[in-house]
Amino acid sequence: MNNNSKPKINKGTIKRLLSYLGNYKKRLVVVFICILISSVTGVLGALFLKSLVDDYISPMLLNNSTDYAPLLKALITISGIYLFGVIANYIYNITMSKVSQGILRDVRDEMFGKMESLPIRYFDSNKHGDIMSRYTNDTDSLRQMISQSIPNLVSSLMTIIAVLVSMFTLNVYLTLFVLVFTVITFFITRYFAKNSAKFFIKERAALGKVNAYIEEMLNGQKVVKVFNHEEIAIHEFDKLNEELNRVSFNGDKNATVVMPIAGNLGYLEYALVALIGTYLVINGYSVITVGTIISFLNLTRSFQQPVNQVTNQLNSIIMALAGASRIFDLMDSEPEVDDGYVTLTKVIEKDGKYIEDKNGFYAWRHPHHDGTLSFVPLKGHIELLDVDFSYEKDKQVLFDISIYAKPGQKIALVGATGAGKTTITNLLNRFYDLEDGKIRYDGININKIKKKDLRNSLGMVLQDVYLFTGTIKDNIKYGKPDATDEEVIEACKLANAHDFIMRLPKGYDTELTGNGQELSQGQRQLLSIARVAISDPPVMILDEATSSIDTRTEKIVNDGMDKLMEGRTVFVIAHRLSTIRNSKAIMVMDHGRIIERGNHEELLKLKGEYYKLYTGLFELE
Amino acid sequence: MIKKATKSLREYKKYAILTPICVLIEVILEVLIPFLMSRLIDDGIKNSNMSVVYEVGIILIICAAISLFFGIASGVLSSKASNGFAKNLRRDLYLKVQNFSFHNIDKFQTSSLITRLTTDVSNIQFAFQMIIRIAARAPLMLIVSIIFAMRINPNVAIIYLIVGPLLGFILITIARRAHPIMKNVFETYDDLNKVVEENVSGIRVVKSFTLEEKENKKFHKVSEKIYKLFVKGERMIALNGPFMQISMYTCMIFICWVGAHLIVSSGETTLTTGNLMTLFTYTTQILGSLMMLSIVFVISTISRGSLERICEVLDEKVDVTNPDKPIYNVFDGSIKFNNVSFSYIGDKNKEALKNINIDIKSGETVGIIGGTGSGKTSLVNLLPRLYDVTEGELLIGGVDVRNYDLKTLRDSVACVLQKNVLFTGTIMENLKWGKDKITLEDARHACKLAQIDEFIMSLPDKYETYLEEGGVNLSGGQKQRLCIARALLKNPNILILDDSTSAVDTRTDKLIQDAFMKDIPNTTKIIIAQRVNSVMDADKIIVLDNGKINGIGTHKELLKNNKIYQEVYSSQMKGSDNNE
Repeated sequence: MNNNSKPKINKGTIKRLLSYLGNYKKRLVVVFICILISSVTGVLGALFLKSLVDDYISPMLLNNSTDYAPLLKALITISGIYLFGVIANYIYNITMSKVSQGILRDVRDEMFGKMESLPIRYFDSNKHGDIMSRYTNDTDSLRQMISQSIPNLVSSLMTIIAVLVSMFTLNVYLTLFVLVFTVITFFITRYFAKNSAKFFIKERAALGKVNAYIEEMLNGQKVVKVFNHEEIAIHEFDKLNEELNRVSFNGDKNATVVMPIAGNLGYLEYALVALIGTYLVINGYSVITVGTIISFLNLTRSFQQPVNQVTNQLNSIIMALAGASRIFDLMDSEPEVDDGYVTLTKVIEKDGKYIEDKNGFYAWRHPHHDGTLSFVPLKGHIELLDVDFSYEKDKQVLFDISIYAKPGQKIALVGATGAGKTTITNLLNRFYDLEDGKIRYDGININKIKKKDLRNSLGMVLQDVYLFTGTIKDNIKYGKPDATDEEVIEACKLANAHDFIMRLPKGYDTELTGNGQELSQGQRQLLSIARVAISDPPVMILDEATSSIDTRTEKIVNDGMDKLMEGRTVFVIAHRLSTIRNSKAIMVMDHGRIIERGNHEELLKLKGEYYKLYTGLFELE
Repeated sequence: MIKKATKSLREYKKYAILTPICVLIEVILEVLIPFLMSRLIDDGIKNSNMSVVYEVGIILIICAAISLFFGIASGVLSSKASNGFAKNLRRDLYLKVQNFSFHNIDKFQTSSLITRLTTDVSNIQFAFQMIIRIAARAPLMLIVSIIFAMRINPNVAIIYLIVGPLLGFILITIARRAHPIMKNVFETYDDLNKVVEENVSGIRVVKSFTLEEKENKKFHKVSEKIYKLFVKGERMIALNGPFMQISMYTCMIFICWVGAHLIVSSGETTLTTGNLMTLFTYTTQILGSLMMLSIVFVISTISRGSLERICEVLDEKVDVTNPDKPIYNVFDGSIKFNNVSFSYIGDKNKEALKNINIDIKSGETVGIIGGTGSGKTSLVNLLPRLYDVTEGELLIGGVDVRNYDLKTLRDSVACVLQKNVLFTGTIMENLKWGKDKITLEDARHACKLAQIDEFIMSLPDKYETYLEEGGVNLSGGQKQRLCIARALLKNPNILILDDSTSAVDTRTDKLIQDAFMKDIPNTTKIIIAQRVNSVMDADKIIVLDNGKINGIGTHKELLKNNKIYQEVYSSQMKGSDNNE
């Protein structure tokens, strides 16, 4: 609904759309042939009416003949032609449906694949609604264009050509008249169609506003009631609703009058052709028969319809192209590059050397420039050395951050909102790349490590738990797609989640929808902990994992977390200082800098910021 | 059901009635025109009679002009009617929801209400416009065309009565069979959108578990399913074309054959060549209207679901309403629970609160402590009548809450809900929710009490700072304090804080409470909290467990005699003890 980014339509967009047709060449040939056949048979049918009168009925009347055999033969022939046309039409329809739906599937799949490869930055800097609308509104307008507008346009153009040719063979003057009249009709209807398109764009925006308002108010409906705010909410709503009514009425009005105008101008044209035609016959200006005029009048009618179609389709094509350019815009966003060459593998130790072996333990496989290869066992040793970072230029958020975490150590990050705690974790798993300084994992610069392997060796539990549609088991398996059921249960037991899962009527097969709304916040957090537990990473990041849980549930969650943290390097970000007291080291952050560091006792003795925070003299925000 | 919805037409009713009338005139003319055309050919062109050509030609042009006028009129009127209808319907629904009690809202769920007010209304609007134009047009066209065809020659026109119903039957059958498939397509579309949504919102999870490939496969599976279903559905719908064309061509050939016989045998008296042409036109019109009828059939099936959902909202009985003779004045902030029981679903076996008896004097500070699901929120929600008691009575200022005017009651009971919501707009605009006409001074005073003034003043735009999407640019504690300030601006007799200082640090929490004591001594303050710290100094603390009162007393008393309270206290204080 948020069409914030202005779409740019250019030749590139059209060219690129056409390139999707490439996969369906054979089918498109079939479609083209079928359209051709169907248009030709249509024209032949109209021409037959001329011959019906001129070649059969008039001669019979003239000769008082009752020999119907030639007519019967002609009717059988035309039946054959009609049938041929019907079959062609049907084949064209079902083939085109396969082509257009196929292209849409290709576009969707490509768009999603590209989206998955985009860096976190993209998702952080684009509104989610806007990304979503590319899959819904934009793809939908594309669907209409490919499956309806383009085939319509092609068949209309073919019919127009076929009819025009037939018209010219019948009478040049009348044809010229029809052409001039058609151009006039075209411009008149085009005017209204353009107008309606203009209002439709406004309507979309107005509808978006009304819907957004409804959504916001209904989401806060309980607050609205508590504050007796109903009247004002209604007043504001009325304003938006009236505006929507105004623009949508204008759009609709312009759109609905197009057809009556086009249709009735067609009748006018018909009458005028009849008048001119008769005038020509009577005054003998050109060789023209009654049958010719009748046929011509029929052709005139067959001519109007495709012309109206062209007018109608042009607008939807323009709208669809705007949608397409937004889709391509997403596809063309810079993807996340993964050029790391240090990978995770399994090794065994033999004679003081490491050899790759499926049954061994995890190690980093590190190829060097000189062609040699070394293995470093995966331990979870993290070092941040003088790290600087900024999300936007000129707005540095991290300054000279240095943190050393030996395998198995628990490091806590404390500080106000915006101090840069989460940013550090974003750098660790390379959601963002640092600007200056170095981060080493087991002594290897993380820029050299393949992102996939780096992320697999880091577990994350975030404040906002995100669960996916599917069963509980599916969700746990996110941590390890090839996990067995036993492993799932084991991980859940470790995370203290097993008990509550077993209490659910369907246990591990309970279906979760809408981010697991049917579970409590604490239960959801336990699942997210189990999800990390099953992936068994040597390093874990807990970002405010328990801040939105009540103290009683927190205890259960914390027990689960404590078990999980054993033997791992852990980075903890927490609001409640009680949860981090036992950390090996606590980093107190302020405006992107570490201002105090040390363990709990040391920091308390220091009587600095940490002391103030801990004793409640200062707010943690 | 339709009647219920069309009530919302109101001032647009005349347009809705005028539209089919215009359509009728348009249709008559559209049928008349081919009739005139045949005269033009037979009497004029064939006989080379220029005056007839002129005469009929001009009539034809006039008819086209009139038809044009009514065509445009029907278009404009139908737009006016359908858009106006949608506007009113949306408004009626919105007003209805504004009157909903919490119970009503819970029953429908917010997300479902949103869909009903947005997507469903749009569906209805579309269907309504189609129906007043096409549903009127198609049958009229059908009837008028057949009548005219009969007038030309009943023997030939008989073909329509054979082919017409047959085609109608086939079209409806196709529509019936295609509809479930297409419905399935759109449901699968929802699945697809869900995958996208989850990936957009949960991208950090996907990336940190490096599951891009898995998600790609998942997406592809749904995407492929849509492809298959769509092709299947369209293949079904594509049958419309051939059947339509075959019927048309059958009629044409029949008319050619029989017509030619009639013309030749009667020497162009029973039937003329011009008539023949007219009959061809009627063929298109008659079969075309059948096609349109099948479309109307499909659209009305689709929109029936939407209509049902909308009517459910309109029909919903609002269960918290104003009394007949409301009281407009709340005497003070004293509260008395008299044997109150409450159940969300009205089921006695599933009571959220059981036999509650509490007496609170005006101006007291009362703390409420208890685990998740113990009934804390339910208890305070009864005060501003967000829900009504199931049994017993609840008195505020000595009067049963059900006897107060709702607005008066809610103005005197300010509630800071657990789920804080700020709205898009400036800080000042958000504060004005508490009271419409406030000065900056009033706002600052309230914000000072809530300990947020200093922070607001440190912002570049101060009180005019714009809050994006409900205050995403504020921290949890800042939002909470702003919500408290908003409630304070109401100058309430009773102030309820439902776990609204959870993200505020202990020191600030204390400052807020001190400010309350000093500046609003006459306001009854009810504080629900997780932290014992937040309620320690209250005049009275209520311990709730499983919907029942487990203990009432001061901090000291409870510490002595209440097990739950002792447990909670020791679990929270343990940490600090260790460090001493």
